[in-house]
Amino acid sequence: MTCDEAEILLHALIDGELDAGHARAVEDHIAGCRRCAAQLRAYREMSKAVAGADLRYAAPPELRRRIEASLPQARVPNRRAVLRGFAFGSAVSAIAATGLVAIILRSDDEARIESEVVSAHLRSLQAGHLTDVLSTDQHTVKPWFNGKLDVAPPVIDLTAQGFTLIGGRLDYVDTRPIGAIVYRRRAHVINLFVAQTASAERRAAKIETIQGFNIRRWSERGLNYWAVSDLAADELAEFGEKFEASMKTGTAG
Amino acid sequence: MPVNSSDDNPEKARRFRDAALPHLDDVYTLARYLLRDAADAEDAVQECYLRALRHFDSYRGPAMKPWLFAILRNVCRAEFARRASSPTAPIDDVPDDAEQTPLWHEAQETPEAQMLHRWDSTTIGRLVAALAEPFRETLVLREIHDLSYREIADIVGAPVGTVMSRLARARAMLRSAWMAEEEQPK
Repeated sequence: MTCDEAEILLHALIDGELDAGHARAVEDHIAGCRRCAAQLRAYREMSKAVAGADLRYAAPPELRRRIEASLPQARVPNRRAVLRGFAFGSAVSAIAATGLVAIILRSDDEARIESEVVSAHLRSLQAGHLTDVLSTDQHTVKPWFNGKLDVAPPVIDLTAQGFTLIGGRLDYVDTRPIGAIVYRRRAHVINLFVAQTASAERRAAKIETIQGFNIRRWSERGLNYWAVSDLAADELAEFGEKFEASMKTGTAG
Repeated sequence: MPVNSSDDNPEKARRFRDAALPHLDDVYTLARYLLRDAADAEDAVQECYLRALRHFDSYRGPAMKPWLFAILRNVCRAEFARRASSPTAPIDDVPDDAEQTPLWHEAQETPEAQMLHRWDSTTIGRLVAALAEPFRETLVLREIHDLSYREIADIVGAPVGTVMSRLARARAMLRSAWMAEEEQPK
């Protein structure tokens, strides 16, 4: 064995990665080579010092919390789940029950979901994960959602109206997968989240501000929409109006 | 493609949480050494867990920790690409001669040079973090995470022989830095 070979293999010897035959060959070489023996001693000592040092980092609690929060929760059945089960369990009472769901949920859950929608918007900007499918073509973005969601989110190209479609993404809100369609206006990103609603009634748009982000929320044809952006409220309203107008004229991809 | 909402499955989420979350500190530690920035590391780890959950259904091995490391490494590569395209990105190139410099300096054979200074953890951590890639990655996976050459090879997508020679190089670089540190005036 040459010194060139030995000075690589002695590391595998330190790490216990050599089989008996190779280990003996390295040891034989080292027994007759002062230079390689010095290396083995030096690296073994350094390796021990490194292993003995505390070089690990503890994940910040906030990071752990964020990751926990992004996982679907195994919750005890809450009022909402009970009502949902009731609604799905009985076809006869389904209509009545979903109406009830819509009424009861409006007050407390809506604020929570809106804040989750803002968190999802923030995540999409921070983690370098704005889009799963990157395309300005609505006929590419829309089929991408097929099979990933139980609803087909409408994908509309609003480039002509000043809002550029840049892609789509699968996100999680309220522990459920949700479709996000991503638009850009100048340097501003708009996430349009689309989820099924229990109620088929049309609900007029409402704009709210949470953590400095504007949210325009509306419901139409059994779908809930949340458009989230740092765009000014009037521009976000314009986005929503253009989107709704295009839905009416049936230009969805 | 199956009609899904398996990602919504609380049972799957529970299994994922039990399997993956115990490795959070390890994944975060690797991210800190790969990216050398606390905020970037947090974002990368979060993205890593999101991707891992998405692919958890098709996960068949290897062990959970190397699997998460491999995902994290891909996330970090995207971050490197982003930094490289940013005009203000710090230059972090491997010196061209890194592969050519000798592994061992004869001067290190003197008895005094063989006395290894007992640096504290902070100093050792700084020396490790200062190593150039891909040597830093290999050394961290071996010395801090205690992975086998085979596991490291799978994570970095290189042959075992490459891992071995990178590790030899990494230790030579670390020893030089270790000695140079000693020469700093107090």
